[in-house]
Order: sequence, then structure tokens, then C-alpha cells
Amino acid sequence: MPRINSAAELETLRKDILSRRDPGKPAIAICAGTGCLGLGNDKVISAFQEEIKKRSLEAQIEIRATGCHGFCEKGPNVILYPEEICYLQVTPEDVPEIVSETLLGKKVIDRLIYTDPMTGEKAAHQSEIPFYRNQMRNLISNNTRIDPSSIEDYLAGGGYSALSKALFEMGPKQVLEEIKKANLRGRGGGGFPAGLKWETARNAPGEEKYVIVNAHEGEPGAFMDRALFTGNPHCVLEGLIIGAHAIGSHQGFIYTRHDTPQLKANIDTALAKTREYGFLGKNILGSGFDFDVEVHFDVGIFVSGESSALMRSIEGKNPEPRPKYIRTSVSGIWDKPSNLNNVETWANVPQIISKGAAWYTGIGTERSKGTKLLSLSGNICHTGVVEVPFGTTLREIVYGIGGGIPNGKKLKAVHFGGPMGGSVPESLLDTPLDFDAMSKLGAPIGAGGMLVLDEDTNMVELTRFYLDFLTNESCGKCVPCREGIRQMLKILTKMCEGKGKEGDIELLEEIAEVAGAASLCSLGKTASDPLKGTLRYFREEYEASIKGK
Amino acid sequence: MDNDTIDQIIDRHEGRAGSLIHVLMEIQSKNHWIPREALAKVSQKLGVPFTRVMQIATFYKTFSLTPQGHHEVHVCTGTSCHIRGSQRVLDKIQSLLGIRAGETDSNSKFSLAKGNCLGCCTLGPEIVVDGRHYARMTPEKAEEVLKKYN
Repeated sequence: MPRINSAAELETLRKDILSRRDPGKPAIAICAGTGCLGLGNDKVISAFQEEIKKRSLEAQIEIRATGCHGFCEKGPNVILYPEEICYLQVTPEDVPEIVSETLLGKKVIDRLIYTDPMTGEKAAHQSEIPFYRNQMRNLISNNTRIDPSSIEDYLAGGGYSALSKALFEMGPKQVLEEIKKANLRGRGGGGFPAGLKWETARNAPGEEKYVIVNAHEGEPGAFMDRALFTGNPHCVLEGLIIGAHAIGSHQGFIYTRHDTPQLKANIDTALAKTREYGFLGKNILGSGFDFDVEVHFDVGIFVSGESSALMRSIEGKNPEPRPKYIRTSVSGIWDKPSNLNNVETWANVPQIISKGAAWYTGIGTERSKGTKLLSLSGNICHTGVVEVPFGTTLREIVYGIGGGIPNGKKLKAVHFGGPMGGSVPESLLDTPLDFDAMSKLGAPIGAGGMLVLDEDTNMVELTRFYLDFLTNESCGKCVPCREGIRQMLKILTKMCEGKGKEGDIELLEEIAEVAGAASLCSLGKTASDPLKGTLRYFREEYEASIKGK
Repeated sequence: MDNDTIDQIIDRHEGRAGSLIHVLMEIQSKNHWIPREALAKVSQKLGVPFTRVMQIATFYKTFSLTPQGHHEVHVCTGTSCHIRGSQRVLDKIQSLLGIRAGETDSNSKFSLAKGNCLGCCTLGPEIVVDGRHYARMTPEKAEEVLKKYN
């Protein structure tokens, strides 16, 4: 494929791709996401390949190993196009029957479709299953339609038209204004307006500027960025290129995990393809804009997801964070202005540019716009990757999408933000998903890890668990974090062993306050957040563990 | 792995101090551990002081400076796996293998690691053996899995 040199050539290519495609052609989309890995989806994929080959149907039926579909609980997931029939918990043994009955015979196999555990009602199509029906899947829905290794699939769905629009119709300033108008807030944890961050980097002195995709996702319980980036890598890249153009950067970095081979492979393939087609490199689409991307890997430490620590790691150093008063958008990698956003934030950019800020601000709440990806896990019936508009209540997510709590247990709390997040009790379940509303409750959304806890959960033990995690992940550079976490952990461990004593709670509160105020980076500053949150809503459990109950 | 392969990896990055983490990562993934001689060679070829190489190699948890067992067993102890009982799975594996997390058994058959959420929280508790994921583990199921590698 020769490189594309103009907006017109891009549209010609798109028309050409679409003309070669028959929307009515049967296609099998098999989830090759991280979750389904543990369920042996690789065997299902090869079973389909063998069966199609055996019947010489290669020309008539397409097989796509796709990114995460979302409904991990019922994996391996298979969707059959064009009807969008959704089969759950598919085994290699089911494959011959699916091919003969459904693909060739056009009959739905009853035992493989979704059955509502409460009503017994069946749902054959993806859009009818409550888990999917109650979501708004603006970002993640393309996962099932795209083979992540195929740039043609992405182009067929309108891919890179936002980039073309940004380069030729809008220009950097207008793009920046659009992102600001859309009030796109960073999805990595802080919820800081992306437009303002971009503007700071754009206006910062210096010719050389960098843009970074934070795909570290080191927070236990968070897996939605991986699902999106693995399944639809071009969507993130397109957002990144648009952002680089708006900021005036010619060098980008992707910082991601080394331990997810599929993600690594898909990013590499996507980068090679974008270079080949002329979306990366010199003179992108003939616009005169140069930009390229390097991939860097985290090698196993949580703190390297912190923005300034991540930048040290890209420089090839230890990931030790810097004080926050040095703004990375002014002085980041090699002290140059560096704009960092996470995977989901970048992925939102193309749709904002394509559909406009007015469309985007129509979704969500007053101050939190658009949709949010959530990693739904813990004591919940339907675990998986979920995308909902801001403003959806936690109750809707837990019961409407998540299907409630398994084993007839009661819900105790919902925990957001992993080891540096907070829990909200059942009584606050009607709170809408909103950056500010959740922060006020002491449970900021964070990156979107949503852990559901049933009545059997011991909140003191959960807090101890988080501090145990953080004590191993603290980089050790500053004392309040390194020692503060260690001391809090000591007290909590004793409490969990039934050896708590009077005054422990007060001491915990005091250490938490000092560590929160005096630590250098957000790891130390927020390490005690689960503690503060659980003391706020579940203080009686702490008191009980002192009385040795 | 023979020294040639290590040399080839290092040679590809010769003179590029910024590639330090990349080089170590490649050696770790091909060789499963990084011998001291390799670290010395990395220092020399990339032009990075040996102390800096050691600082990086000892700081990041992925790098192992001692030989690993033939099979690498990883027990996820992320939050979701934790609340679904990963500790019991870990206890069982520790007693089966006779080693604790972070150790390698005496005949270099198994290495055991814990921690590091791998993002399969929806199907926990999870263990990973030589890169292969096993979901919804119980102590009993974990025992079955390990038998395959014996």
C-alpha cells in the first residue's frame, strides 16, 4: 500500500475499501481479550479456523480475533455478523454446530445465548442483553467490529477522518478550542481538563515538545484501558496525532505494560501500519506536519504510572516522582514540555473532532461530559468492561448492568480507584457517576476500576490489603510515604489479627494526615485515602476490631 | 541461553544509553534472568556507569538477577483476586511447591511469584504458568494445573 498524501486520497482509499466489502457477509468475531485468555479463547479461535478451513468456507466467512467484547463473565464471547447474534461461554466443542446451524443454517442455538437468571428470558442479540443494553458504548463498541491488526477495518469505520479534518479543515487552535469546549476531562484519575493541559504545553516556551499516552494501568482492578487499546489501537493513535498537532509536538511516547503480549503486538502492528499509510512520520497526509511515536515499557512497578515518574522511566532512569509544583506540561521529559494523557482520554479525541463539542457535551452531567469506561469486578454477577455516560447512578451500574450481587448476598460497598481510592456504602448507591460528586464522597472515580464488595467483606482487612500493596510499590524517595505507609500497615495488621488497642484509630488518623500532607507525589498523598474513606463510613468495623470481636 | 544471544541484544543498542531499560527487558524476556556478566557488558557497551545499571536492574521488579526455574508460576494477588480468595490459592501452591513467593525450588523446576494484577480481574483468582492464564482458580484447581507441568 503506497502512503496517502492528501485528504482526498484518504477518502478515495476509504471508498475503495468499502466497495470491496459486503456488509451482509457473515463474520465471526471472537474475543481475544485478556479476560477470555484465562478461559481458553485461543482454543475457540483455532477451532473456528479449522472448521472453516475444513468446509472450505474461507472466502465466504470472515474470522476476526478481536479485542475485549466486555462481558468477560460469560466468556469466551463470540458474535456472529451480520445478525449480531451473541454466543456466550463458547467451547471448542460448540464450534462445528455454530458453523452448520447458525452460520449456514441461520438458526439460533438456544443453549449458547443469554438467559436472564431471574426471569429466564432469552436474548439472542448483543443489543438485547441487559449487560450491553444499559450501556452507552461509544468507545468500546468498535472492538467487536475491528480486527486490531487491520488498519483497513478501522478505516472502513471512518477511521482517521477526524485527523484529516483536524489537519486540513480546523488547524491546531480550533482543535484546542473544540477540546476545551467539549470539556474533556482526563480519564487517568485526576479529571483535569485535557484542553487546559494541552494549552499549557502548547504555550510553554521551547520548540521541542512531547505527547505521551499513559497506558501503564498499574492499578489492580483496572483493565479497561488495556481492553480499549488492545482492541482498537488506531483510535488511541488517531487521538494522539490530533493532540500532537494541536500542541505542536513532533515526538510522541507510548508508555505501556510489558506483561501483556497481545497489547504489545497490537501496538507494534498499528504503528507499523500508520507509518506505511502516512498517518505517522514525515509530512502526514501531505499536510507538512511531522510526528512519530516511540514505545516504552513499564517493567513492573506501580509508581511508574505517576506522570513525572513515568517520564523519568522514559528517560531510562528510576521512576522517582518529582514534586508536583514542577508541571510536566512545562517541564517533563528531558525538561521539555510534555503533555500526558491516558489511553481513554486520547481515545475520546477523534469522536469529539468528528462529531463536535456540542454533540459531546450533550452526554453526561454538567461538569463531567461524555462516557466513562469502567472495569467492573469483585462480588458482582456480571463482571466486565462497561461504558456508561456520566450521570448514570451506581445503582444502575451494579444492578442494571452488573446483574447484582451473586450468591444471594447483600451489597456492602462499591470501591473506586484501587489502592488510592475510596469506598462508598450501599446507602449512597444513588449517587451519579460524576468526577466531582464522587470526589466529594471520598471515592474519586480514579481511572475507573469499580470493585463491588458484598456483605462478607471486612473493610479493615481490605484497607490493610491496599496498604500492603502500596508499601511494596512506594519508590522510597520520600519519608512520609515510605515510613507512613509502613507504620499504618503495621497497626492495621495488628488490628486484623485481633491485637488492636485503644488509640490505634487516632494514631492511624494522625499518620494518614501527615503522609497525605507531606508526601511528594500522589502515591503517598492518597495512599491513606482507602483508610480515610473506610473510617468515614465503616468506623464501627475498626472499633470492633479493637474490642477484639 | 548462550552468551551470543545476549551479546546480539546488547550490540543492537550499542552506544545508546537511553535504551538501558529496553536492553535489560529483552535479556530478561529471552533468558528469564540477567547474569552479572551481562549487566557488566550492558554498562560497557551502552556507556552507562555500572552503578546506574545496577540501580535500574534492582529497582524494577521484573528483572531477576538470579536464575529462574524451568516453569514460572505467577499468582495474581490483585484486589479482585484477593477478595475472591487468591490467598488460599497462593497458600496451596506454596505448600505444593515447597517454596514461598519470590523463590525458586532446589531443582530449578518452578519459580513462584505473586502480586502484579494482570487485568483478568473479571475471572479471578487467576494464576499464570509460563504465560498461560488459568481463570477462576480454587486451591484444588490450582493443584490440577500444576500437575500438567510436573
